[in-house]
Amino acid sequence: MDKLKLIIKREFLAKVKNKSFIVMTILSPLMVVALFSLIIFLNEKNAEEIRTIAFVDESQQFTDAFEDSDGVKYINLTSLGIVEAREKTKEFYYGLLVIPKTDSLSELSNNITFFSNDTPSLTVLSSIESKLEKKIRNLKIAELQIDVDKIKAIETTVTIDAENFSGEKSSKIGSVLRMFAGGGFGYLIFMFIIIYGTSVMRSVIEEKTSRIIEVIISSVKPFQLMMGKIIGNAMAGILQFIIWMVIGGILLFAITLYFGVGDVSSSSAQMAPEMVQQMQNSSNNDLQLILLEIKNLPILTMFFSFIIYFLGGYLIYSSIYAAIGAAVDSETDTQQFMMPVLMPLVIAIYVGFSVIENPHGPIALAFSLFPLTSPIVMLMRIPFGVPWWQLITSISLLIVTFIGMVWFAAKIYRVGILMYGKKPSYKEIYKWLKY
Amino acid sequence: MNNVLRVENVSKNYGSFTALNNVSISVPKGSIFGLLGPNGAGKTSLIRIINQITLPDSGTVYLDDEILQPHHIQYIGYLPEERGLYKSMKVGEQALYLAQLKGMSKDEAKKKLKYWFEKFEITDWWNKKIQELSKGMAQKVQFIVTVMHSPKLLIFDEPFSGFDPINANLIKDEILNLRNEGASIIFSTHRMESVEEMCDYIALINKSNKILDGKLKDIKQQFKTNQYEVGLLSENKEMLSNQISAQFSVENSKTTSFNDDLRLLFSLKNGETSKDLIEFLNNKAQITHFTEVIPSVNDIFLKSVASNS
Repeated sequence: MDKLKLIIKREFLAKVKNKSFIVMTILSPLMVVALFSLIIFLNEKNAEEIRTIAFVDESQQFTDAFEDSDGVKYINLTSLGIVEAREKTKEFYYGLLVIPKTDSLSELSNNITFFSNDTPSLTVLSSIESKLEKKIRNLKIAELQIDVDKIKAIETTVTIDAENFSGEKSSKIGSVLRMFAGGGFGYLIFMFIIIYGTSVMRSVIEEKTSRIIEVIISSVKPFQLMMGKIIGNAMAGILQFIIWMVIGGILLFAITLYFGVGDVSSSSAQMAPEMVQQMQNSSNNDLQLILLEIKNLPILTMFFSFIIYFLGGYLIYSSIYAAIGAAVDSETDTQQFMMPVLMPLVIAIYVGFSVIENPHGPIALAFSLFPLTSPIVMLMRIPFGVPWWQLITSISLLIVTFIGMVWFAAKIYRVGILMYGKKPSYKEIYKWLKY
Repeated sequence: MNNVLRVENVSKNYGSFTALNNVSISVPKGSIFGLLGPNGAGKTSLIRIINQITLPDSGTVYLDDEILQPHHIQYIGYLPEERGLYKSMKVGEQALYLAQLKGMSKDEAKKKLKYWFEKFEITDWWNKKIQELSKGMAQKVQFIVTVMHSPKLLIFDEPFSGFDPINANLIKDEILNLRNEGASIIFSTHRMESVEEMCDYIALINKSNKILDGKLKDIKQQFKTNQYEVGLLSENKEMLSNQISAQFSVENSKTTSFNDDLRLLFSLKNGETSKDLIEFLNNKAQITHFTEVIPSVNDIFLKSVASNS
């Protein structure tokens, strides 16, 4: 046992002291924040830009339809005529809207054209469209002589108050957020398994190429060495994850304070339903709502299931990686063995992203129980709430598989580390199992 | 028993390939035991079994009359032929790690390492990484790592490869020192002159079978062919030659000397003794040189392997 501890310590320190580990751990969260800041910054920059749209209204009915709104200014060029207005717009303005003269309003609605130098932005187009629709609608109401008050009386707005049976509020933003959280965690586990699995493999290959392997295994059992390597790397992975979570938590807290949701968070335990209601009603509070929803996520469950599924998935895959590392002499030889390993992971990611659309369907269930894909798929489902029996079945299957996989990998590892020279075939590796 | 190690009827197969076939050897305490054999004969397989890196299919290994057990590894020091160290780890850190894997405590390991580093005058390497050292320097560290836990059985597989002659000599002296301090040493090499110089016992393995073992002295006795090399001074070489070849089976020696007129190789028949030969020659010429021809380990090796296959 003491020896295993020594090996774990060495492997852990070798990984953690590595410059790339330190850079990745500290820089990654900062880079994510920087990226988001950049996106927000660019968005704001975009919003500041004022677009001037000219219009020629030959029907003379829409002159008052266009009010300047955020970022868009309207200029009436009807007096210039189409030809001149086109020339002028080409030079000075964002685009030219041409409303032809017709007698029938229904005909008009299909004959309005927008000219511009570049492809017009979708938001601008739809804003113009809605303005026109509103105006045409009003015109039609007048034309048909319908009582405006009656129409107003018909209009209804429905806001569904979604709530699950245990009384938790859920909202649209909430489920989008769950998709992001699930997808993010699933993807994170995918990355972690590949990064740390490869790291185990590299470490095995390093011991082979530096020829220290025989020195070491004259002191310890190959199984101890392999497990020490796997556990040491896993600890480095968990450390990295925790550091990220802490940095993420601090950043979230900072943002929360900055946008003034602070008092909500302090009393989140008795978060008043009225407050949620109030927030949902005020449309300007999107960000606050998101922050509130983040607090509503089963963060603790997600954190612990990340650790459990990372460990389980990682143990399965890293033992395969260790066996591959033992079987070959250099990293370039690993290609033919990597494909079958990466396959289930990639499938899991694809399935996972379709699963978050329907987190409780049969595909979701199947892939979140199958141990080679469950770490990713289950983690993507967890934010949506997963029944306990599924979680327990999935974790048990995971544990059984990793025990089997470690046993299997240890057999290959034991023989492989002492083999030099030729690259083995699958057939040969199969033979090693029986040595 | 005075054997530090006994290997009894050990066999090992890899699939259909037999690496060792019923091999037995005994290594006496305080001796240097040469394990010889052509490439692929099974030496490394045997050494790995002794180090518990692999298990034998059948047969038993005893260390100090106890069946080999996992805790025995702390009594064995092994310098493999395929050897190396972690390239990006510091020398001191690495040596401490390997010492602790052998079961030493950290303090004990530090003390021992200090002793060896001072002995080899390499104390200033402690914080260097292996990749900053030359190959020979790294080999010195490797040697220290092998012997630092004062094992009672040391196994050296081609210990001199990678050393320049000066350092090879240093290592050789250290090996002899360790033997004198009571360690027993298994020595696997292709450098026959070092076997000749250092080994007390040898075993020869060829094609998975042990074909020869015993005290080096006894084996040499066993392989000698009753040949004598003689140098003679005489005024009449022709006549002397004729007289000699009438009496003995003789040929010209391959070595020549400036001191004598004739350098001959006598092969004595059964019943003839060196005493007879000296008496015969003494009457006819002046003897300048007289030695019994003892076969070299190299000759024994080549002869045994040839007759085995």
